[in-house]
Amino acid sequence: MTTAPAKAGWRFRQPSVIPGFGLTLGFSLAYLTLIILIPLSGLVWRSASLGWTDFWAIATDRRTVKALEISFGTAFIAAAVNVVFGTIVAWVLVRYRFPGRRVIDAMVDLPFALPTAVAGIALTTLYSPKGWMGSLLAPLGIKVAYTPLGIVIALIFIGLPFVVRTVQPIIEEIDKEVEEAAATLGANRFQTIFRVLFPGLAPAVITGFALAFARGVGEYGSVIFIAGNLPYISEIAPLLIVIRLEEYDYAAATAIATIMLALSFLMLLIINLIQSRTRKRYG
Amino acid sequence: MTTSRRTVLLSALLAGAVQLGGLGFAHADTTLLNVSYDPTRELYKEYNEAFAKHWKAESGETVTIQQSHGGSGKQARAVIDGLDADVVTLALESDITAIVEKSKKINPDWRSKLPNNASPYTSTIIFLVRKGNPKGINDWGDLVKDGVQVITPNPKTSGGARWNYLAAWAWANGQFGGDEAKIKEFVSNLYAHVPILDTGARGSTVTFAEREQGDVLLAWENEAYLALDEFGAEKFDIVFPPQSILAEPPVAVVDANVDAKGSRKVAEAYLNYLYSAEGQTIAAKHHYRPSKPELVPAADLQKQAELKLVSIDDPIFGGWAKAQPYHFGDGGIFDQIYKPAQ
Repeated sequence: MTTAPAKAGWRFRQPSVIPGFGLTLGFSLAYLTLIILIPLSGLVWRSASLGWTDFWAIATDRRTVKALEISFGTAFIAAAVNVVFGTIVAWVLVRYRFPGRRVIDAMVDLPFALPTAVAGIALTTLYSPKGWMGSLLAPLGIKVAYTPLGIVIALIFIGLPFVVRTVQPIIEEIDKEVEEAAATLGANRFQTIFRVLFPGLAPAVITGFALAFARGVGEYGSVIFIAGNLPYISEIAPLLIVIRLEEYDYAAATAIATIMLALSFLMLLIINLIQSRTRKRYG
Repeated sequence: MTTSRRTVLLSALLAGAVQLGGLGFAHADTTLLNVSYDPTRELYKEYNEAFAKHWKAESGETVTIQQSHGGSGKQARAVIDGLDADVVTLALESDITAIVEKSKKINPDWRSKLPNNASPYTSTIIFLVRKGNPKGINDWGDLVKDGVQVITPNPKTSGGARWNYLAAWAWANGQFGGDEAKIKEFVSNLYAHVPILDTGARGSTVTFAEREQGDVLLAWENEAYLALDEFGAEKFDIVFPPQSILAEPPVAVVDANVDAKGSRKVAEAYLNYLYSAEGQTIAAKHHYRPSKPELVPAADLQKQAELKLVSIDDPIFGGWAKAQPYHFGDGGIFDQIYKPAQ
């Protein structure tokens, strides 16, 4: 036991054989500061002008809480749906060859390129009770547009490419032989998927989830058309921010934004932790 | 390699210089930026052409007018944050007041600079219903009947929606003899009949006309006529309630910007010409109510029904400075309406 090497202390710089560490680190930090840190600290600084009690009053206001619940809840559900179906789409695009594959592959990126307001208007037209899909669902008692379900639909649309594009390259890296080996070693298909393939995919799937989720939380343009925007029912947190801005109440607007930011950061941190765990376990 | 790179650089520089020169040259002609709200798109499209022609004839200068449209409050904020507007033509006095107070870019006496409180045209709020008025909606009281769904945007985000709200308030005030508890109950009840709160007036028009949601749209008078033109007169009827609100969309020169750009003369002429016979006739044609109807041919005034119009300066409201925070401020009456029972 005594011969075990002393645990290496945390050191600022791990020696690396590749030169240029100082320069690139300096550049990265400067760049991140300029692009991310300064705008975000401006946000926090502005909301700090409120004082703690006012900030707390806004944070615990029932309407704010409800709007945050709706934003984070719908984004979570949409990201979860996208994880399942986005992974399947990525799988199909990588593993099989069929006519029109390239077209479908390109189509996946459309939600990236389309202005979100256009997406929102198109989805509302489809899903409103008099619309093409909405009129089919209405007799079943399912209302999509102007309900939280509509928000979920819009966020699924927006978030799909995030999952597909993060999972796709990883699937491409998994050799077909791995599956064949699993089969020859007696694994059934269920085992092949969950014991052999999924562990390798998990980190990418989790990243895709995190990206789709983060995108969904902040989404405004498309949601605003399909949500109905009723306070306490289908009012999202970004809309509440816009409402505060309309009142020229910049402090309150930035306060809500700061809360959203903190919550998002927390969730992304947790997701990253889970991810590094899974990577360690299966990697 | 080096030579070719140098040529590329040089030509890029040259191109830049040419562009800069081009810009400088274009500046010899005056450009005005009119920052306006949503429903005035069609009005100013026609008016800008008329004014450019008029200005050319009068001064020999060519003026190009750029338009920006959006929610009234959003537009005001853009000007406060530095949008280089020469004139603002917004939906609410309080939006211009906000520019005055937050940025000092407009002098506080703007309301007295032009006739009729700086409102060249007025408008009002009326009802747009489905053809034949199947739910029998003729007055404000009918809006809260069982099974009636009302489409109106969120007063927090839409200037037009504030007029809708205030019109309902004014009616209820007369109905309940000023009993505030009862007025509040009526207005709360009204918003309980609203299934979708869009963020702007145009959004609500689309929700009602295109998506066929709701039984009645509370709309600007001009917006209602526009819906008839756009979506078909055979689908909708316009209903004039016996009483509504007098909406005075104000206009102002953005003093700080025109002084910096040297465009004051043409900017002032631009707003003044709104009060001319031609400006007033164009406003009437687009279903605004001209402030000087005597200048407008009778044929263009025909459609505008006589209704009792309550002004924001009426003691019920006491002007925008008082009404805005009381009704639409944070925690104001409108917020209380949506506060669920604790």
